[in-house]
Amino acid sequence: MPLLVPNRHRGKLIVVEGIDGSGKSTQLSLLSQWLRSQCIAVAFSEWNSSPLVRDTTKRGKKKNMFTPVTFSLIHATDFADRLERYIVPLVKSGAVVCADRYAYTAFARDVVRGVSRRWVRNLYRFALRPNLAFYFRVPLEVAIGRILGGRNAIKFYEAGMDLGLSRNVEESFRIFQGRILEEYEAMIQEVGFHVIDATGSIEEQQQQMREVVMRELGESLRNGVMRASPGDADGAQIAARVL
Amino acid sequence: MVHKSPLAFYSEALDGVDREELQGKLIVIEGPDSVGRSTQVARLRAWLEHQGHAVLDTGMARGALAGKGIQQAKEGNTLGPITMTLFYATDFADRLENEMIPALRAGFVVLTDRYIFSLMARAIARGEDRAWIERVAGFALVPHAIYYLHAEVRDLLTRVVLGRGAFDHWESGMDMRFGADMHDSFVKYQTRVIHALDRMAKRYEFTIIDATKTPDQIFRELQRSIGKLF
Repeated sequence: MPLLVPNRHRGKLIVVEGIDGSGKSTQLSLLSQWLRSQCIAVAFSEWNSSPLVRDTTKRGKKKNMFTPVTFSLIHATDFADRLERYIVPLVKSGAVVCADRYAYTAFARDVVRGVSRRWVRNLYRFALRPNLAFYFRVPLEVAIGRILGGRNAIKFYEAGMDLGLSRNVEESFRIFQGRILEEYEAMIQEVGFHVIDATGSIEEQQQQMREVVMRELGESLRNGVMRASPGDADGAQIAARVL
Repeated sequence: MVHKSPLAFYSEALDGVDREELQGKLIVIEGPDSVGRSTQVARLRAWLEHQGHAVLDTGMARGALAGKGIQQAKEGNTLGPITMTLFYATDFADRLENEMIPALRAGFVVLTDRYIFSLMARAIARGEDRAWIERVAGFALVPHAIYYLHAEVRDLLTRVVLGRGAFDHWESGMDMRFGADMHDSFVKYQTRVIHALDRMAKRYEFTIIDATKTPDQIFRELQRSIGKLF
């Protein structure tokens, strides 16, 4: 059974994946600015952002109502909404869509939460296949150091506290993220990740990303995707809208 | 077909559920919109309770987690077909795990107005992949009995006109604009839903009931069959 739907449209889809604290969001933000500076129409999509299911997700989290299956399904619903409403129409119109996390996040996280690999891969079969998927590989301790240094509190579901791994939030977070890391590592070949060593400097990582983008998508970026005309400030503004 | 054996999962076992613990009965009433399901569910509930059975009745989009969200989403103007299917699947999973399974453990008769079959039929009617949605819903328990109230689209039309007297946006599949107006879209969409349900009948062992009979006749037929479960 084919995994995800091939992209036959003018636009491109670039996604970043990795555990919390891998630095993927910083890198994607730098990459999309770089693309915009070349007048390419870029749109940005974040995981877990659809207003349609926001209240349901909040209700479930507040009252600890989620099971592994409902957790997985509500996130797939959220993802489907963003895909049907924004990502697919934008890619069809020729934009370069940059997504911070994609279906692969569910492949890793939901499996750790207790659904089967086979089931969650089928669940996301409707998703558009990315043209490029970057995986930011980072040792667990480095990622945890970044997270604990930068934020005050880890949230209940983020730490996988619902799984009963440990009563200590930090310990639970460590075990949970460690298992997610193993799932990511195990799917590299299967989903065709471009692996970026996320322990390198920010500049080095960005350089690597840009090289991969130019090598894999250079021709379409020069010729094919939607562009704002040079100096068209309004165009650049529209392109910069965060979805 | 009526099963007496312990319940099984279709293709994906739910974590932490021991089937041997499920002492109750799971009974499904299926059928298209306006076919008369809820009337029968209400009568069956009263009858079963009179017989001394504890009954949980449940139905689509009534769950604590996603019920409200689905209602809100349907009031808006953008709900894509895959999103809608998955939202209903979330609600179904929530009701299965948090209502039906606990009730079955406690020995209740769970009487459900629709199950995964309407959810799958609506998805298939909207052009989604059959194998995809069947696997998504694979964590459902195989019920003890599935009664499919079968009617043709012209029977449904009569019920809509004489009943509510107006077409419903979603029951007419207007999100997909199957036809030029609500009537045309209703006919086309419900024909597709019925066709999808008909195709499931054999595979999922539906007991087919002719929904054009009188409500009393249908009720007696259901009573006779459900009586065999105990």
